[in-house]
Amino acid sequence: MTSPLQIGFIPLIDAAALIVAVDKGFAAAEGLDVTLVREVSWSNVRDKLNIGLFDAAHLLAPVAIASSLGLGHVKVPIAAPFNLGLNGNAITVSPALHAAIMAEIDGDRFDPMVTALALSRVVAARHRSGAEPLTFGMTFPFSTHNYQLRFWMAAGGVDPDEDVRLVVLPPPYMVDSLASGQVDAFCVGAPWNSVAVDIGVGHILHFVSDILVRAAEKVLAVRQNWSEKNPQVVAALIRAAFRAAEFIEQPQNRAEAAYILARPERIGVDADVIQRTLDGRLRISPDGTTRESSRYLLVGREAARPDPVQAAWLYAQMVRWGQTSLSPEALQTAKAVFRPDLYDSALGREEKTAGAPDMIGAFAGPAFDADDIGGHLAAFAITHRKS
Amino acid sequence: MGAESSPKIVIVDESPIRAAILEEGLREAGFTGVVHISEMQSLLTRIYALDPDVILIDLENPSRDVLEQMFQVSRAVRRPIAMFVDQSDSASIQASVDAGVSAYIVDGLKKERIKPILDLCISRFNAFSKLQDELDRTKSALEDRKVIDRAKGILMKLKGMTEDEAYVLLRSTAMREKKKIVEIAQSILTASELLK
Repeated sequence: MTSPLQIGFIPLIDAAALIVAVDKGFAAAEGLDVTLVREVSWSNVRDKLNIGLFDAAHLLAPVAIASSLGLGHVKVPIAAPFNLGLNGNAITVSPALHAAIMAEIDGDRFDPMVTALALSRVVAARHRSGAEPLTFGMTFPFSTHNYQLRFWMAAGGVDPDEDVRLVVLPPPYMVDSLASGQVDAFCVGAPWNSVAVDIGVGHILHFVSDILVRAAEKVLAVRQNWSEKNPQVVAALIRAAFRAAEFIEQPQNRAEAAYILARPERIGVDADVIQRTLDGRLRISPDGTTRESSRYLLVGREAARPDPVQAAWLYAQMVRWGQTSLSPEALQTAKAVFRPDLYDSALGREEKTAGAPDMIGAFAGPAFDADDIGGHLAAFAITHRKS
Repeated sequence: MGAESSPKIVIVDESPIRAAILEEGLREAGFTGVVHISEMQSLLTRIYALDPDVILIDLENPSRDVLEQMFQVSRAVRRPIAMFVDQSDSASIQASVDAGVSAYIVDGLKKERIKPILDLCISRFNAFSKLQDELDRTKSALEDRKVIDRAKGILMKLKGMTEDEAYVLLRSTAMREKKKIVEIAQSILTASELLK
């Protein structure tokens, strides 16, 4: 057994591979003695990882990059040797906003360009009538949720910094805030979209997989210098998480995985909601309409290997929305956070060559080019680049 | 804010007792402009209305992430804040995270004016958790006493023992089975429930 490890997590379904790795014994089988510590905020997870109270953490992919670049907080280089999930978020809107968007819709309501254009008409009408701008909740400034919301609405001509308000809300407060009218919509991970639908205060407008085919969501994060000192432990963690992800991927294991995740000291929500999420079978409307997508939340084979192109895309969003300015060095640093090399060596695989040219698959704009972020961003009408 | 006037401090904490302890300490140290927010709804709006120089928040509070957006310049954020700590202050981060508190400073306040606030905050938070631990221990000792008393009562009734004899029996059984007296007492209560 290695020395005991403290690993922080936020109670969200995309922590599944980490939680199952520990609770189903995959970590112990690798000789790891892991204590999972449930946290209440991403700021806490980041700080406790940075100062060494945590050895590893379930972390928002953009926070791992921001931390390595010293954006928003102290600079601590982070390594992400395992991707815990791709996609998994959804955009949920209040019944009133849903009705307003549906009244303006012209085409397929699952097509994000159609909904974004409808949203822009709703926003324009509110502006003309002098109504307050719409408020959208998301989970963190450096979050996929923030970038996904912005990407979507900007494609329809809505400026996320001028035409609406984007506010940070802790995930457990999202549903209440939607019910009380403090926000009109939110983008958050599972299970909170389903919770809003189940109690009748929201409609799921989009799975984020409608917006981006592949979006790195949460990573297993370690401090880079810690990973250099503990290569065997990092490799064992990767293998444990990989086995857990493989386990969760098998449909016949989902009920057991959901049961493990549902426990109060883990995610603490109904096992049925968790299983629906893992199966990609979500109720999207309070009237019971369900929608299925095998790409809703990807855990395992397609998702697990960190892809530096994903890190580059996230960095490009930070540049697009003025969180930092574009520099070739920073781009290199961002890409180097994602560590397919550690993943491949832990699992005894040959290093794979790069995959398809566009691994992002965004619904709007040109195919993503990690080698020309400046040129790529120039193709978008709405940007707020730092001058 | 005038350079010499007392900075305005907002405490965001859902624990009224801890907030009161901190507020009292700050006032004693001469910081008179202290406001406590315990309601997390519309937190950002409330903070903007108060327009503080320093915001202190406990780490058990999920709304810490709400404050992080104040680093950003956007429509929702009018006066950007900075984290007190910089690259050279890892000891300060460590101490404040250990104590369970985090400080956010609005741009413009001098570093040497922050230090005493943060130090005071850390020591009050530590004092509070010590108090909390003592309270928890006292509470659980009291609970144990109740369980043992009830077990003694059952033994006295069923076996016609005196109170002292009942206690001796509990203690010797605990020693023999290498358990705590309260565990033996609890098993007697459980058994008597089952046999009712």
